[in-house]
Amino acid sequence: MSLSASERLARARDAAAQVCDPEIPSLSLEDLGILRGVQIEAERVVVTLAPTYTACPATEAICDDVGAALEAAGVAPFAVRVSLVPAWSSDWITAAGRRKLLEAGIAPPACLASSAGATAPVRFIRRESERESERARAATWLPRAEPAPPCPRCQSPQTELLSEYGSTACKSLYRCLACAEPFDYFKPY
Amino acid sequence: MSAAGSNDRAGFEHLLRLGDSALVHGQRLSEWCGHGPALEEDIALANIALDCVGQARLLLALAGTREGLNRDEDALAYLRDEAAFRNYTLLELPNGHGPRDDYAITVVRGFLHAALQVHLWPALAACADHELAAIAARSINEARAHLRHFGQWVVRLGDGTDTSHARTAVALERLFPYTNEFWSPDPVEAALADAGRGVVVASLKSAWDHTVNPVLSEAGLSRPPDSRFMSTGKLGRHSEHLGPMLAEMQALARAHPGARW
Repeated sequence: MSLSASERLARARDAAAQVCDPEIPSLSLEDLGILRGVQIEAERVVVTLAPTYTACPATEAICDDVGAALEAAGVAPFAVRVSLVPAWSSDWITAAGRRKLLEAGIAPPACLASSAGATAPVRFIRRESERESERARAATWLPRAEPAPPCPRCQSPQTELLSEYGSTACKSLYRCLACAEPFDYFKPY
Repeated sequence: MSAAGSNDRAGFEHLLRLGDSALVHGQRLSEWCGHGPALEEDIALANIALDCVGQARLLLALAGTREGLNRDEDALAYLRDEAAFRNYTLLELPNGHGPRDDYAITVVRGFLHAALQVHLWPALAACADHELAAIAARSINEARAHLRHFGQWVVRLGDGTDTSHARTAVALERLFPYTNEFWSPDPVEAALADAGRGVVVASLKSAWDHTVNPVLSEAGLSRPPDSRFMSTGKLGRHSEHLGPMLAEMQALARAHPGARW
């Protein structure tokens, strides 16, 4: 079998792009925006991936799955490379990816490009009448908490955070105050 | 060659300080897994521990490359003895007093350290060591989330019941002196900062103060007075607590060298 270089690249790209995220199987690597490049270096097809979170336990599984997909696509020899630069952002999730997240009952992440690094007050539940005078001074310290996402089921904007750390490293747990359903929120990163 | 060699040695030492602190903190946090005070907290601490171990993995892998002795991140994490670790002593202290774990210790420690990391990572993200800068850039958001989480708990416990306030105040009294180590002079930091490849952590002290003080005040806790106590974990001289922690962390890897599953 001999493929032209462009056929090999196209096949490799298709195969890698269709690999699913092991933790959110409705999303492909293409949807997640972590497939950063496919090229040929000295006869080898090199697929470059951007890991999502620093400690995402799925990264190794994804690399293995990409390797298996490339093998099956018959584009060997190949290599799968992980590159930290530029750092992946949840802004890279495609429009199709965001739609699939919603369909899976997961609220897609807010766009970070306009708000990265901003700080804002965090709301505390306080006992009455205590240290009111110090509240203003204390209000500017914490990194900004994300605004609550709308419910992926009923679209109500009335939702509340249950836990910033959820079922996987990339999700928070919210509850809809309108339909009372809990739901996952894909954290902006 | 000798200049480049010594530079790499300093770079290696510097990465050990960052990587070991992340690893040791991650290990202490992961000790709560299955024992958290509430399910959400159990999950949160496991996630924060995972962030720390993930940072450690990248930092130690890079350290191994810089060292050039064929040690990967697993060799550095599992096959070094305590005197070779360069983490802050604060992070190796046990999760409680005596036999009893105390959540206030974990919360106050996580807060005091995250309040440094939210300033340290952006500074390192702008340094001339591009590989370290890439790791630092990825860690900024994580540190912010950790600060938010632990900071909210400092306020909730400090401003909570008489018992939670008292226990948080004790934790703060106990841990605060260990933050002196953040600011103590370190030839490794200084050398890298001179080369534009690191920062002198002491230069972040006023930013740290501005992060820590309002939270303590919101929590109704008094900032302990400055002291001359000086721990020396980053120089490799540790408390009596690191050895037993490493014994547990390293036992499996040492009993089954090179094991895979």
